[in-house]
Amino acid sequence: MSDPADFTIAEAARALRSGETTAAALLKAVRRRVTMTEADLHAYLTIDAEGAEASAAAADEAFARGEDRGSLQGIPIALKDNMVTRGVETTASSQILAGWIPPYDASVVTKLRDAGAVIIGKTNLDEFAMGSSTENSAYGTSRNPWDPERVPGGSSGGSAAAVAVGSALAALGSDTGGSIRQPASLCGVVGMKPTYGLVSRYGLIAFASSLDQIGPITRSVDDALAVLETIAGHDPEDATSFRGELPDFGSQVDRGVDGLRIGVVSELLGEGTEPAVADAFGAMLERLEGAGAEIRELSLPSTAYALSAYYLIAPAECSANLARFDGVRYGLRVDGGETVEDMMGATRAAGFGPEVTRRILLGTYALSAGYYDAFYGQAQKVRTLVIEDFKQAYQQADVLVTPTSPTTAFTVGERTDDPLAMYLSDICTIPSNLSGDPGISVPIGVDDAGLPIGFQVLAPALAEPVMFRVAKAVEGLAGFDARPTLANSEGAA
Amino acid sequence: MPIDIDIAKVARLARLGLSDDELAAYGSQLEDILEHAARVQALPTEGVEPTAHPLPMVNAHRSDEVEPTLDREEVLAQAPDHVDGFFRVPAFLEDE
Repeated sequence: MSDPADFTIAEAARALRSGETTAAALLKAVRRRVTMTEADLHAYLTIDAEGAEASAAAADEAFARGEDRGSLQGIPIALKDNMVTRGVETTASSQILAGWIPPYDASVVTKLRDAGAVIIGKTNLDEFAMGSSTENSAYGTSRNPWDPERVPGGSSGGSAAAVAVGSALAALGSDTGGSIRQPASLCGVVGMKPTYGLVSRYGLIAFASSLDQIGPITRSVDDALAVLETIAGHDPEDATSFRGELPDFGSQVDRGVDGLRIGVVSELLGEGTEPAVADAFGAMLERLEGAGAEIRELSLPSTAYALSAYYLIAPAECSANLARFDGVRYGLRVDGGETVEDMMGATRAAGFGPEVTRRILLGTYALSAGYYDAFYGQAQKVRTLVIEDFKQAYQQADVLVTPTSPTTAFTVGERTDDPLAMYLSDICTIPSNLSGDPGISVPIGVDDAGLPIGFQVLAPALAEPVMFRVAKAVEGLAGFDARPTLANSEGAA
Repeated sequence: MPIDIDIAKVARLARLGLSDDELAAYGSQLEDILEHAARVQALPTEGVEPTAHPLPMVNAHRSDEVEPTLDREEVLAQAPDHVDGFFRVPAFLEDE
């Protein structure tokens, strides 16, 4: 029998209902995997052993009573540590929040608890979700389960690594410029960013509010669908939460790609794409064509400027959002002199790491008098052009596809001295954050070094049904069943 | 386009109490990043409206009803300093 830590949500849900396993046994298997891998992986910042055991016991009691709240009941799930959990330390991987115990739950946490999910703990990230490798965490770098010398990607690197290795059956991440999809790609799992507004941001520690969106990291497309169905929906606590009727996310998932028009964005396949990534991507396009899809090469000229626009808009919003960390109401306080302003300056200088400091400075500059029009204002206009390019492209294609990341996992330390090289990791994912559209990364193979390669499917806002449909077809055509080195245990296949 | 930044002023606006060495290092990194970001200025945008937000939304109203709020003690327990139910901070006004 395979180790329950390697189950997909769908497999675990069946096993829980057939009596083959219990929520307590599932949690135990996952905790065993955590114990086995954490020294090498460092996916977690906090394990909530007590809370998880209580939730697992409650799920088993519910099953015994015949109460069934859906596919996540009894499923061990991890949360990126920028989602607040009442009574459980939440740091966003920053020193400025060291030891902070939130007095409330994020709305996604409430929804997971209401669905009977078992929250195992909080995963590592780049500080305040700013980064592409988890190297910006104040609490150490997470490692890639396929090669611990390499990064898991980021910023949701801890969540992706945990899911890849069986230290959680699924996890939530947040995606501001690719922070769900890029680490999912580098860790060989599925990662999905929903349409902006579908999932409440209440209790997500804000980085860039017009770009941030919470989404699932899972081991299958069906599992991503199951998690999204649980966490999506209007929330009065989030003024930007979508109020209309939700699409039926899974309504087309098993229909295949026959007759669909799939657009390839030529600007996102440029220099910097590793040959192995380009080859795997091209091979998948041929398979999709073989399965009846029509492949069209499309040009979205403004996406070439999306990265530049993003690195003005995201820091601008971050400089405003992170003003709240001032040593007054919660978190770190460092005495810096006589006045409150001295205290704030000393607290923020001591509490924020280099990347966060850099982005606050960048955003403050881009918003400051005299430079606003040339930088932030111009970036907002480029954002409009990116949205218009997408709209035109979606008249000619049902979905757009790209590699998720131009490269496979890079070595720890390789890009830390060059912020610009790090930023280029997100070149294929950033445009859909600017437009607010959904995207998903599906693993399709490995390179010569055995490192996973991700395939990205983008769709128009609220077109998750067709996005999942193509993603499921890609998953089937890829038949990706490789396992990371670190997951090979006595119980794993 | 070469970019010249008064980094000390930017740090002051951002309430970041950085040392002179730190200011110099961040200043030169910012100039590099901004040179790349300044590419946005190469795209013609005459007549293009700026987008601040992906959703075409204006106001989100709700009815004005009394609802439970966070527990005061639980909130204050997380504060670096508090007194009589208030957050306490160092002086923010000059002495008379």
